[in-house]
Amino acid sequence: MTRLSAAFAKGRPALVTFITGGDPTPSATGAILDALVEGGADVIELGMPFTDPMADGPAIQAANLRSLGAGTKTADIFAIAKGFRQRHPEIPLVLMGYANPMVARGAEWFADACADAGVDGIICVDIPAEEDGELGPALRAKGVSFIRLATPTTDAARLPAVLEGSSGFLYYVSVAGITGKQQAQLASIEQAVAHLKSGTDLPVVVGFGVRTPAQAADIAQHGDGVVVGSAIVDLIAEHGAHATGPVRELVSSLAAAVHGARAISDLA
Amino acid sequence: MNATTPNSFRNQPDERGHFGQFGGRYVAETLMPLILDLEAEYKRAKADPAFQAEFDDLLEHYVGRPSPLYFAPRLTEELGGAQIWFKREELNHTGAHKINNCIGQILLAIRMGKTRIIAETGAGQHGVATATVCARFGIPCVIYMGALDVERQKPNVFRMKLLGAQVVPVESGARTLKDAMNEALRDWVANVHDTFYIIGTAAGPHPYPELVRDFQSVIGKEARAQMLGRTGKLPDLLIAAVGGGSNAIGLFHPFLDDASVQMLGVEAGGHGVDTDQHAASLTGGVPGILHGNKTYLLQDEDGQITEAHSISAGLDYPGIGPEHSWLHDIGRVKYLPINDDEAMQAFQDCCRLEGIIPALESAHALAALPKVAKQYGKDQIILVNVSGRGDKDIFTVADKLGTTI
Repeated sequence: MTRLSAAFAKGRPALVTFITGGDPTPSATGAILDALVEGGADVIELGMPFTDPMADGPAIQAANLRSLGAGTKTADIFAIAKGFRQRHPEIPLVLMGYANPMVARGAEWFADACADAGVDGIICVDIPAEEDGELGPALRAKGVSFIRLATPTTDAARLPAVLEGSSGFLYYVSVAGITGKQQAQLASIEQAVAHLKSGTDLPVVVGFGVRTPAQAADIAQHGDGVVVGSAIVDLIAEHGAHATGPVRELVSSLAAAVHGARAISDLA
Repeated sequence: MNATTPNSFRNQPDERGHFGQFGGRYVAETLMPLILDLEAEYKRAKADPAFQAEFDDLLEHYVGRPSPLYFAPRLTEELGGAQIWFKREELNHTGAHKINNCIGQILLAIRMGKTRIIAETGAGQHGVATATVCARFGIPCVIYMGALDVERQKPNVFRMKLLGAQVVPVESGARTLKDAMNEALRDWVANVHDTFYIIGTAAGPHPYPELVRDFQSVIGKEARAQMLGRTGKLPDLLIAAVGGGSNAIGLFHPFLDDASVQMLGVEAGGHGVDTDQHAASLTGGVPGILHGNKTYLLQDEDGQITEAHSISAGLDYPGIGPEHSWLHDIGRVKYLPINDDEAMQAFQDCCRLEGIIPALESAHALAALPKVAKQYGKDQIILVNVSGRGDKDIFTVADKLGTTI
């Protein structure tokens, strides 16, 4: 069993948390990652900063700029990942970002670096199934999952292409839009997750626009996991390197809500 | 004529939108179904004589095509080499080649039932052209423009507003064209159901580079026929400025299989390609992925995009259309950087010698002339694409000359 599959085999929904690597500085990121784990996150998404985060809303755009402004390099991201893996041997770590920083030194180089740092999977915003000729195969050859995104616009005809070569989990982007904005209607999420699950045995994780424990709990009724990003990133924007306390607190409340979501509904 | 043969330079891209290793569809999954719809609809439109007829009719009666082919006698004499001819795209309605593409794309948007238009703009020429066709067809539009460009292109901002467009200044990054494109993509991904994105240059995800090129190829098709009609021969050298590269690919593409015709794309060299203040992505960049396509980009070793600089807002972009990257790599087209000062000189020379105020973008193409004209005989022909008029640039030029208007 891989670290990722184990994270989704705990008999309860998983909490997936996102922060941007190097925000506010590369040296501060390790402690913030630890706070996510201490708060109860099951899977960690570490954003690779990019100058042009086209799929992100204002909160994560600003995080990218803070990170790059602090001088974060790709080498820092892998150093952060390596340190995390040493401190947390069992918690899955996924890098999330945009294609260009991932392929700048070649897909093979990137896949090697991921494997070396103990990275479990990659989410790449702007490499759809149609362009997966290099990065996906390189990652899979090194045992690193290439986690695909499905969206409200992914119809039944397209879904098999999206699922082909996808591993780790399936990330359902619940709104057609950018990160950190509006939340999708619960009914549409329920329907979409059911549709996705009819096509795959992979865990389906739901993200985009999830900010509060209550929202996360609602979504956890349906998804195998819930992603929270912008709400955590907002705390880092507010508290900088002193964000560990507030981040741990928020993640604890999110984790309690997500982990207990189905238990409550089972009782009801 | 040049039918598309197996050895043709004119049968790109492949069915997946690749020009050699360049191009493609590097977009978020949310956009993929729409991109595929657009591709299918464009294929149907291309095969529909009614679509072509409406496009041609609007180009003739609304845009004012064909644009003239003009022999520039005084510039020719001053340079003392080849005959210099201009393709006068600056005489089009709205003052640049951009309108050709906008007419084509708005007709596609209407075919697809889209009810809202978005666009990015750098110099404002594409924004004005988009606002124009939206007014013509009564469709609301939002134009994203870098806040710095809003400052340096005030006349075009006002024009867009007069035409009924909403202009959104973009404050992120260097506040120029790249940032405007990021913001337009964010809008699009959130409004895919009703919104058509009119991309202004031959770049972005497939099928945009192909369809923009096809719509702009009216430039080269006309020029080829006009030149044969007037001189009985083809030009020896074509020159065009390249930012994203739509006016250049529009001129070049119909000539690509004419082996005797050489081609020169002019990149914005800013303060010089040996500085970090330029926009010459072929000369100073390496292949990468941005804004939906794989192409040459200005970037650092980590793949972070570096800021471009050019005196010309329309060339101030760290990438280039994927077909140019391919033409560069296979050597069919040569590319040359021209810096801000050289463009300024050419701008003034063209005003003084020919009575034509060119856009600063086009002035880059004109600035290549002193470097190449004498390499050609007096019976040879260099054709320059004067892609836009320079009225919008007079404030920038005055500022550079130390004059207050």
